[in-house]
Amino acid sequence: MPEMIITKNLDVPGIDKLDVYRQNGGYEALAKALREYQPDDIIELIKTSGLRGRGGAGFPTGMKWSFLAKNDKPRYLCCNADESEPGTCKDRVLMEQIPHRLVEGVIITSYACKVHTAFIYVRGELAKAGREVERAVDEAYAAGLLGKNILGSDFSLDVIVHRGAGAYICGEESALMESLEGRRGYPRLKPPFPAVVGLYGGPTVINNCETLATVPAIIAGGGDWYASFGTEKSKGTRIFCLSGQVKKPGNYELPLGVPLSTLIYDEQYGGGILDDRKLKAIIPGGSSTFILSPDKVDTPLDYESIAAAGSMLGSGGVIVISDATCIVGAILRMTEFYRDESCGKCTPCREGTFWMTEILERLEHGHGHLKDVDLLMDICDNLAGKSFCPLGDAATSSITSGIRQFREEFEYHARYGCCMVSSNEKKQQQPTTASEPVGTH
Amino acid sequence: MISEQAKQRMRELASRYPMARSAVMPSLHIAQQEEGYITPEGLRAVAEAINLTVADVESVATFYTMYYQKPQGKKIINVCTSISCYLRNCDSLVSHLEKRLGIKRGETTADGNYTLNTVECIASCSSAPALQVNGEFYENLTQESADALIDQLDRELGVEKRV
Ligand SMILES: Cc1cc2nc3c(=O)[nH]c(=O)nc-3n(C[C@H](O)[C@H](O)[C@H](O)COP(=O)(O)O)c2cc1C
Ligand code: SF4
Ligand code: FES
Repeated sequence: MPEMIITKNLDVPGIDKLDVYRQNGGYEALAKALREYQPDDIIELIKTSGLRGRGGAGFPTGMKWSFLAKNDKPRYLCCNADESEPGTCKDRVLMEQIPHRLVEGVIITSYACKVHTAFIYVRGELAKAGREVERAVDEAYAAGLLGKNILGSDFSLDVIVHRGAGAYICGEESALMESLEGRRGYPRLKPPFPAVVGLYGGPTVINNCETLATVPAIIAGGGDWYASFGTEKSKGTRIFCLSGQVKKPGNYELPLGVPLSTLIYDEQYGGGILDDRKLKAIIPGGSSTFILSPDKVDTPLDYESIAAAGSMLGSGGVIVISDATCIVGAILRMTEFYRDESCGKCTPCREGTFWMTEILERLEHGHGHLKDVDLLMDICDNLAGKSFCPLGDAATSSITSGIRQFREEFEYHARYGCCMVSSNEKKQQQPTTASEPVGTH
Repeated sequence: MISEQAKQRMRELASRYPMARSAVMPSLHIAQQEEGYITPEGLRAVAEAINLTVADVESVATFYTMYYQKPQGKKIINVCTSISCYLRNCDSLVSHLEKRLGIKRGETTADGNYTLNTVECIASCSSAPALQVNGEFYENLTQESADALIDQLDRELGVEKRV
């Protein structure tokens, strides 16, 4: 495996402190950026690197920066560290363990985008991450890495760490700006896009925490160097958060394009399915992405291949489901999340997520009807593409892909009022394993 | 009581942001630190510091789940029940804690020591099942380690051994 980029030095003792971070080459990329490059050169360099957003949509980062409207309004940068997509746990680790990498990325990005006030929006629940980032920002101010005339240059930057307070929707970029402006986190209508009219009405860049923390390495190593990792269209590396029913869940940084099967089965990574069960389903990019069937396990983990297989790389949260799990129960659990987190602004999502949960619940608990399965598909159809923001679409992903692949399990629940997985389990009289099958009853 | 010091911090925040209104969330966090939950007095203090109406501040406070509308236990246990933790048996962890603490999810013990909540993904998915106690993480939990955790919290609270 190639040298790690975004997780490099993550385990060096004391790397969360400024002096240790600097002893390990920290802030040299910032010095280089200020010394050797004009802001526009950096945007070109990031375009060359092929870096794409790690927050969900995978938008090319350099291109996003170059879209900033050229007017005389103040520009802003928002770091999206509101990490809350089920299955995703990478930004938290970066912030807790190596907060200066993020701060350095924020400073370089602000310089490239001619921003003088940047915000780091840290999810409220991540208390330690918030503390660490705040401390890193304080240390950076004290060392002249933030504030006026950074490292003796004529570039000045103010960074404000803003803590969320519990609302998944605030990870959506326009809701994040509403929240930063001190309002309820309701998404805004687009267009105008944030690059044109964003925070306080100024042109605004919003990038994910991991995206920004990757920037220093690209400045240090060069755009071509970064682009040498990954595939032709999906360049570089990213952190995959492997969770669910694998032997060794964890955060693993891999070059884009490594097959899912390597992540799940290789001894260095997942080490195979928990209790040596069979693989049943994979959710490749957080709970908002479509479920893949086991025959897709050799798909390379890059944006294009995962899209061709019928899903999305999303936030990098790879959730593994084994045949010990009832798919109806798992999808119910995911749908409850969207019901609870729907902001309520638009009817299709507010009502749709409620009814989908109700129906899944009655199927799961044995009071469902056969026609409920098609009813679910109908509701999804009325939600996807018809809601105000992408949360509505996200709520339908697991249901539509789940029913398409596991319709017989839904119908079994409707017909027999119980779960196909637990019934099979009893028939086969499996030797009892250490952990009980989940979601079976 | 919202201390004068807390009010001063709120006013400072209001001038730190490009627009004073942006200080409403951090100020609500301060108010909650002072009183344990969002009280009418807390809302008033925030409104005064930032120059908003109380109703306006309240409408923000009620949108975000971390601003508590009622008093909480001394130890707030938030167990994640989202998908990755579900696949790692968080539901039996929750039942176990309910039994051990003698309360249901969403409730606070009569002595005011513990609140037990189930919450959505807390970004600990690769170390599931996971929970937070007053914001600090405990991961890869088993019934045994959860028991040990409660024992430790009991000691911190000076609670007699339960029968
Ligand atoms: C409902 C919803 C929740 C989101 N949550 C997050 C999040 O927690 N973190 C994040 O970086 N992006 C999140 N996004 C994506 C952001 O809107 C935005 O695209 C992203 O932060 C852009 O950064 P990137 O280009 O670096 O990926 C979310 C999007 C939606 C629709
Ligand atoms: S789709 Fe859902 S989350 Fe998005 S605006 Fe509508 S109600 Fe809110
Ligand atoms: S699903 Fe439980 S921490 Fe993410």
